[in-house]
Amino acid sequence: MTENLLLVYQSLPYLLRGSMVTLKLIGGALAIGLIMGIPMAVGQVYGNKYVANLISFYVWFFRGLPVLVLLFLFYFGLFLLLGFNLTALTAAILVLGFRSAAYQSQIFRGGIMSIGEGQMLSARSLGMSKFQAIWNIILPQALRISIPGWSNEYSIILKDSAVTYAIGLMEIITRGNFIATRTYQPMPIFLTCAVIFLILTYGGVKLLSILEKKIRIPGYSNYGNSGKEY
Amino acid sequence: MSDLYFIRDIILPPLLEGTLVTVKLIVLSIPLGLILGILIAVGRVYGNKFISSLCTIYTLFFRGTPLLVQLFIIYYALPSIGIFFSPFMAAVIGFILCSGAYHSEYIRGAIQSIKIGQMMAAEALGMSRIKAVLYIILPQALRRAIPGCSNEIIYLIKYSSLAFMVTCVELTGAGKIVATRFFKYTEVFLVVGIIYLLVVSVVTKFLNILEKKLRIPGLE
Amino acid sequence: MHEDNKIILKVEEIYKRYREEEVLRGISFEVRKSETKVIIGPSGSGKSTLLRCINQLTIPDKGRVWLEGEEVTHTKENINKFRQKMGMVFQDFNLFDHLNALRNVEIGLIRVKGMGKDIAREKAMEELKQVGLEKQAYLYPAQLSGGQKQRVSIARALAMDPSVMLFDEPTSALDPELIGEVLEVIKKLAINGMTMVVVTHEMGFARSVANEVIFIESGRIIDQGSPYKLFTNPEHERTKKFLYKITELYGKSGEGNE
Repeated sequence: MTENLLLVYQSLPYLLRGSMVTLKLIGGALAIGLIMGIPMAVGQVYGNKYVANLISFYVWFFRGLPVLVLLFLFYFGLFLLLGFNLTALTAAILVLGFRSAAYQSQIFRGGIMSIGEGQMLSARSLGMSKFQAIWNIILPQALRISIPGWSNEYSIILKDSAVTYAIGLMEIITRGNFIATRTYQPMPIFLTCAVIFLILTYGGVKLLSILEKKIRIPGYSNYGNSGKEY
Repeated sequence: MSDLYFIRDIILPPLLEGTLVTVKLIVLSIPLGLILGILIAVGRVYGNKFISSLCTIYTLFFRGTPLLVQLFIIYYALPSIGIFFSPFMAAVIGFILCSGAYHSEYIRGAIQSIKIGQMMAAEALGMSRIKAVLYIILPQALRRAIPGCSNEIIYLIKYSSLAFMVTCVELTGAGKIVATRFFKYTEVFLVVGIIYLLVVSVVTKFLNILEKKLRIPGLE
Repeated sequence: MHEDNKIILKVEEIYKRYREEEVLRGISFEVRKSETKVIIGPSGSGKSTLLRCINQLTIPDKGRVWLEGEEVTHTKENINKFRQKMGMVFQDFNLFDHLNALRNVEIGLIRVKGMGKDIAREKAMEELKQVGLEKQAYLYPAQLSGGQKQRVSIARALAMDPSVMLFDEPTSALDPELIGEVLEVIKKLAINGMTMVVVTHEMGFARSVANEVIFIESGRIIDQGSPYKLFTNPEHERTKKFLYKITELYGKSGEGNE
């Protein structure tokens, strides 16, 4: 038992450097997803038919394919085909980013659509252009409403980051596997990896829920009671 | 152009074999994962403190760690304490445990959204807790959980690709092997992608029809 | 009317506290066979809690309940055995949303009493006929009006052949024009000799059907007596005040339903 703990202790720095890679990966991917996702959502709700259909197709493609397939397709195929020679990290950020854009656009789209028509109507009647209305009235509300869904997206991307093992990115599980095969001690190492992910997942979700509370719009409901008495 | 058809004759057969493995994986994992999800959700909502905590810990672990890590633990780490699984079995077990946790969250939410009066009326008639949950609560909760659970089923179909990471050669694995041999990554993975999209579309359609059939008249 | 003066339901010194508030402070009464007891009182006075303490959906902190001589509280025996003999009708109907009216009435017979499916169906149909809803048997709760829902819920409770019926403000959640049909059903029950405890705001109904009226306020029985005595000459000031408020709200004698 103590040798296991010693092993874990010794492996920690190496694994934690992997988590730095993971965080870079997630940060980049979420950022790309955000920057692309918001305009895509706006385009789907307010854009003309062609724009909306194009976006729908993009979403269908990037949500319909498994992450692993996307990674293989782009890293070994498309990027090379198009002449780019990217590192595993860059390729991973791009692929996860494009995919996240597809998911985030739907989260924001839901947020936008849940805002009553009346908001847009009153904004326009004040004289705002469609763009001004979206920027000043719709989006600030839609984005706040979307935080729970976005928090979900964070936790999904964090778990998807592990799949980049398949293209050799030196993140947490890749490093874990490296150590495990050399020391023949897979159990303590992989459990440690699991714990690192647990901390990142729930820590991140907690931070996001603190953020949500800080910028919350008053007025939401809840449910439930399944105790033995009424 | 003939190049294309020629390649299809070489690429497609192994891919279809891989698809068969994928189908076997999901046919086993989906129903069992769903059942596990129901059990965990009921245990968490109606169980005593011990059972409820156990279910909560299970859910926290399997939703808080990547599926890949879980698969590695099952396939690579368990042997070190004497438990051996074939790649296929390891993948199936991992899928069941992981999707069970996600299903349980959707079902739990659905259970808790059922008005408390339903349980009251059931108990007032003289039904025991178990009967009330079985005949009154679950039939309604499961209907409400359909969107979420359908979502999770689609996820599982896509994540079945991770079976390859523990050396079970399903569709994606078959694709990688063929692509590496012929150096045709883009073509092969586009075909792989199309197959996944087809499977997902068919299953989505099926689930939509199922939801319509189970709808309670007058409600929503 | 009926020779049999057996005590069907006995409630003794019921106390119940929710967090800071003591909702019931020592309620006691008896209900004899075929008696209709009506309980009135301001909102929040614990009337609903009281009914739920009777069939133990809420466990009282102190006090005991007997049904037909057998103790219900602190019983080692399955509480479900007693609940089958106490029919409860809720303010919010609480029909099982995923079942049609007929199935709602049958399910207790099939799953709790273990009746065969065919017999249960026959009996359920019969009960629905009694409340005037055999045409709606295959409709789902979401397709029924409030009054119809409540009548199904009464049929559901009656199908179990209870010894006593407990009504928790059965018409409070109904639109005014639907109240009458439900009160009719309850009146019919009373005339046919069902033992009942009814919590209600419907004063006209209370006057015409109750054998005894109990006024509860702040968790205690303030006044108790025949409808005539309570409505025309109440002993206590608080009773007078309450009745005055109610008649203001609901009009003279509090009905249009007689």
